[in-house]
Amino acid sequence: MNTSRRKVLKGGGGAAVLGLAMVAGLFRSPGAWAADWNKAAFDTKSLADAVKAMGGVNPVESKDIVITSPDIAENGAVVPFTIASKVPKTESMALLVEKNPNILAANFAIPDGTEPWVNTRVKMGQTSNVIALVKADGKFYYASKEVKVTLGGCGG
Amino acid sequence: MADPMKIRAAMAGDKVEVKVLMSHEMETGQRKDSKGATIPAWFIQNVTATHNGKTVLSAEWGPAVSKNPFLSFRFAGGKPGDKVVITWTDNKGDKRTDEATVA
Repeated sequence: MNTSRRKVLKGGGGAAVLGLAMVAGLFRSPGAWAADWNKAAFDTKSLADAVKAMGGVNPVESKDIVITSPDIAENGAVVPFTIASKVPKTESMALLVEKNPNILAANFAIPDGTEPWVNTRVKMGQTSNVIALVKADGKFYYASKEVKVTLGGCGG
Repeated sequence: MADPMKIRAAMAGDKVEVKVLMSHEMETGQRKDSKGATIPAWFIQNVTATHNGKTVLSAEWGPAVSKNPFLSFRFAGGKPGDKVVITWTDNKGDKRTDEATVA
């Protein structure tokens, strides 16, 4: 009996299994790294869709949300924003740029004890309305402001 | 491994004001290189800040956050000498944690 043939078959089978495992590893979705990243919300193009992806409906305009930013941004690649909320029980605050390829730029969860106030910098492709979206006590509120951009920050 | 963050934490009245400057490319996935091929998106997705083991801020970011992101926030209940720890994770699974002492 030809035993070497048996060995080769066995060995080949093992290599195939290993190969499959490697392929499975390679094709693991990049999103798997960050399980708590709301991909659906970051894929949206409109305020209504973004709110929906965050599990809400019908955001209400509110004067208790303040967006502080330059009215005219010379460089769209770096536009500073401060968003502050006086809505009671603010749970999270998001910054959305209406005319960017995807509307949602950033979302901040505000635990108890943290002031509903954040300051960050985002890119703007062109002159656009910027929206601060606040989730408070399970409901959504927003405020918006137009920021003019003289040089876009998304092209290339 | 990415470069360290610059973190400043200081008392502002009865709250701790934290300022963080991260070092990251924040590539949008919209740009093209000189050959016309799309440069893949590469950006920080999650940022978490903790104080004495309690989360004081967590953020989800998209590629629209500027290159070398800046973030500032304020929380209550801290005092000088406390440690603030900040961690970010990007969409390639890279991670960086740095800490600062409240001044």
